[in-house]
Amino acid sequence: MEVTLTVNGADHTLDVPDNALLVELLRERLNLTGTHVGCDTSQCGACVVHMDGRAVKSCTVLAGQADGADVTTIEGIGTADALHPMQEAFRECHALQCGFCTPGMIMAAIDLVQTSDDLDEAAVRDGLEGNLCRCTGYHNIVRAVLSARDNM
Amino acid sequence: MYRFNYHRASSLAQAAELRSGADDGVFLAGGMTLIPTLKQRLAAPTDVVDLAGIEGLSGITVGDTVTVGAMTPHADVAGSAAVQGAIPALADLAGRIGDAHVRNRGTIGGSIANSDPAADYPAAVVALNATVHTDRRDIAGEDFFLDLFETALEPGEIVTSVEFPVPARAAYAKFPNPASRYAIVGVMVAELDGAVRVGVTGAGPCAFRSAELEAALAGGLSAAALDGVSVPDGNLNSDLHASAAYRAHLVAVMARRAVAQLAG
Ligand SMILES: Cc1cc2nc3c(=O)[nH]c(=O)nc-3n(C[C@H](O)[C@H](O)[C@H](O)COP(=O)(O)OP(=O)(O)OC[C@H]3O[C@@H](n4cnc5c(N)ncnc54)[C@H](O)[C@@H]3O)c2cc1C
Ligand code: FES
Ligand code: FES
Repeated sequence: MEVTLTVNGADHTLDVPDNALLVELLRERLNLTGTHVGCDTSQCGACVVHMDGRAVKSCTVLAGQADGADVTTIEGIGTADALHPMQEAFRECHALQCGFCTPGMIMAAIDLVQTSDDLDEAAVRDGLEGNLCRCTGYHNIVRAVLSARDNM
Repeated sequence: MYRFNYHRASSLAQAAELRSGADDGVFLAGGMTLIPTLKQRLAAPTDVVDLAGIEGLSGITVGDTVTVGAMTPHADVAGSAAVQGAIPALADLAGRIGDAHVRNRGTIGGSIANSDPAADYPAAVVALNATVHTDRRDIAGEDFFLDLFETALEPGEIVTSVEFPVPARAAYAKFPNPASRYAIVGVMVAELDGAVRVGVTGAGPCAFRSAELEAALAGGLSAAALDGVSVPDGNLNSDLHASAAYRAHLVAVMARRAVAQLAG
């Protein structure tokens, strides 16, 4: 089937199998391998991207469901020279170790900051319920999100 | 995933036609249950009919009742100021389903059509005496959930919206599975038209009203009224998360917490 969508501001029309996942389209067709697949059972959040302004698990969205959508991935939020404030906060607060969960964590955190009024530590921990990190123990991730909250 | 044909229907009639014309068709809403099932090869439909392109299935109307369109994601119900005002317990329930990303995609129609014993919305559908509107008829909330993953829906019938009467007051208490956030037990206590109704999810094969708890609370919504009240565990679920006896215990505890929320 044919899927037309916008990814990080660029328009694409791709021919994909009907059972293709959005994450497969991003990683295998557009070579945007910053979006990771951690669990493939819809639980870990490593694959989180923004679709029409909402954080979604791209391993649990069919490419066909993204037809007509506006998608932003970790590659679309900043550059090596000009990091997004959330990326900068993760760097500054040492909020990653192996980095595998980091793209999903950052995309989830940006959505959380943008959609919350008064974000405190408890709200950050609750808001990142859908993102698992096997390394950091979350402490520095929470610190980073709270720090980015003030710079976004 | 096995192969299937993906279709995006643009009307209810077209969705019904695409599904009935398929060898083995299935509707797709938010995909938060169906896609993991397909990925694990637990289902092998020939055709997947996406309801997302059908106009009018998404959105919330608040008046004398609260009507939630079948394709409305949980996040919209949780974040709706109108729902928070009319039935705060419903917004609270929706905001505690799964995680933020699941709430951004998962829908009320998909949640109730699936009749997952651990889903949250069924407790509200039963406790608030909701009406399930479909493309064919209206179904009383109480008659909707029949058994494990089984509802009153006929093959090919599409939920279009769920209409909740506005209770005098209501509260939802949930004991979540710490990993998945699904309800091991969830209890909604509501005062509706002068009567107390208690909807229980997570505990049995499907959501149900608890006669024992309703009788105990008939004289007034106080936690003390629940002292010593127990719920029979004969029909409750036992799995690796909780035994039937533990679930029965949790039903009473969650009912007490819901009542305490109302008092406090
Ligand atoms: C990690 C994770 C955690 C979760 N935690 C919770 C939780 O804590 N509590 C909870 O309640 N749920 C939880 N869920 C489930 C989630 O709420 C789902 O969104 C919901 O159960 C199904 O809704 P959906 O829109 O995704 O439906 P889909 O997955 O698209 O569909 C589910 C089923 O319903 C049918 N269907 C869908 N829409 C209609 C309709 N309008 N008419 C007729 N049939 C229809 C489909 O054919 C399919 O069989 C969780 C899911 C995940 C992945
Ligand atoms: S890879 Fe998508 S949730 Fe884990
Ligand atoms: S930094 Fe390794 S999984 Fe999070």
